Amino acid sequence: MTRVAATIAAQDGRAISPAAAASDCPLTLQGITVSYGEKPAVFSVDAAFPANAMTAIIGPNGAGKSTMLKAALGVIPRLSGEVSVFGVPIEQARDRIAYVPQRASVDWDFPTTVIDVVQMGLYRKVGLIGRLSGAMTAQAKECLDRVGMADFAHRQIGQLSGGQQQRVFLARALAQDADLYLLDEPFAGVDAATERAIIDVLKLLKSNGKAVVAVHHDLSTVRDYFDHVFLINVRRVAEGPVETTFTTENLNATYGGRLGATHMAELEGVAS
Amino acid sequence: MGADFVQFSLVPILIGIFASVACALPGNFLILRRQALIGDAISHVVLPGIIVAFLITGTVAAIPMMLGAAGAAVVAVVLIEAVKRLGGIEPGAAMGVIFTTLFAGGVLLLEQSDTSKVHLDVEHALMGNLESLIWFRTTGWESVLDPVALASIPHELPRMAAVCVLIIALVLTFWRWLKIATFDEGFAQALGIPAGALGFGLVITAAVAAVAAFDAVGSIIVIAMFICPPAAARLMTNQLATQVWWSVGFAILSAVLGYVFAGYGPLWFGSQNAVSAAGMIATVSGIILGLACLYGPHRSRVGVGREETA
Repeated sequence: MTRVAATIAAQDGRAISPAAAASDCPLTLQGITVSYGEKPAVFSVDAAFPANAMTAIIGPNGAGKSTMLKAALGVIPRLSGEVSVFGVPIEQARDRIAYVPQRASVDWDFPTTVIDVVQMGLYRKVGLIGRLSGAMTAQAKECLDRVGMADFAHRQIGQLSGGQQQRVFLARALAQDADLYLLDEPFAGVDAATERAIIDVLKLLKSNGKAVVAVHHDLSTVRDYFDHVFLINVRRVAEGPVETTFTTENLNATYGGRLGATHMAELEGVAS
Repeated sequence: MGADFVQFSLVPILIGIFASVACALPGNFLILRRQALIGDAISHVVLPGIIVAFLITGTVAAIPMMLGAAGAAVVAVVLIEAVKRLGGIEPGAAMGVIFTTLFAGGVLLLEQSDTSKVHLDVEHALMGNLESLIWFRTTGWESVLDPVALASIPHELPRMAAVCVLIIALVLTFWRWLKIATFDEGFAQALGIPAGALGFGLVITAAVAAVAAFDAVGSIIVIAMFICPPAAARLMTNQLATQVWWSVGFAILSAVLGYVFAGYGPLWFGSQNAVSAAGMIATVSGIILGLACLYGPHRSRVGVGREETA
């Protein structure tokens, strides 16, 4: 641990100041480094995720996509780095962030119902011991309706399919009524109808001026779904609009030649 | 249900109830966090800690006992880490080895030390001394309102009651945090809930329940109550709040039935001697869990049914 920290201190001599973050940028990362044991999983990553856009975080398995997101949120500890949200340190802006963790990260056998999970998204509003008002319960129901799960409100969560679980997680994020939505692999293992439903909800959020950032691994849908990409492989590779940044050259740099020729040809096809 | 009952049975039954509820409440969350064995571990580690604290201070007062238990927990954590790293052994095995060794060491220490002036010996460590907690100065139910008689009530009762009330208050206060962080720790942290401190607090709370209960009822009840009532309750419902209510109900039922069976059960079968109340309470809780496994309405893992229909 200490050896890694020392290496980083030696290599990363830049001064990091929160004031450098653009005042209105939904999410700014500066010098984020995370390590599991000796080897850094994310190394000195800078990023600025824009407003009114959907950004895909892209990279090979083990590139640190989810790790970067979790470290930004404080879900896992970071060795170094600053995170600011809408120009202020993240601790002061938790109300403005909605987070959708990986579906597989929780135990779906937990004794609770769908509506109960969605109401967890209202926590910042009700606080530790406040009571849920009728209006809040209605809001939770409306969020379920937006993901097409209104009929499942009182279902035990263990009885849901993978796609339905993902929709419930999205409804919980909607209940947070945030300005910045961070999603970790929202399309992993879901059916086509769910993928469609999720992308419709996310596009609606974007058109309402929200910022959406998603860890994404299906390269073939990047151009359809996203406006902005962030390419990462432990270090930041490239960042920018899909048209200029989602290029063969950048993908080769990110995946280190691990993408097959046919895969690249397919992507070129999507591009043209 | 007359004066005899108040004198001989009321206090042990109440202590049994308070101890069972105090352990069952944190047990609900430990089980859902897949940490059920932490309760088991705590009750093992507590023994050497309490004995060393007694040897140093010469009393069985609450504060030295708590400090001793806490010190033993720290020693246990360090030893587990050492066994894991030096021996290259997986964490579960390292824990099993250390907890059992510490518990055995505590038993040996207890045997060798002079604890004749206090209620501290191997039998009490395992099974407590519920039956001996007699309310001498009572004259019947009217004593419950008599300050003079109440002053002579065994001190284990108010101590256990206070700990039980404290734990109920903690669970009610932190209910929303416990629920969100137990279901989805990452989401809880993203909300700004101090999930790490909360998990630590839960283990501390379980340890407080274990130390408080230890003196009166012994470690057998503590181990059983952390796991059996919450596990049985999980099979009765798919709602967390309902599960916690069921677990409290099962804990009370175990304490009452266990005490009654231990005291009167052998007589029904023509035997003259009562059996250990603590042992019977733990046994009853195990039987309740067995019945819940066989007949509980939510006994099948819900995910299994989904796979079959898919």
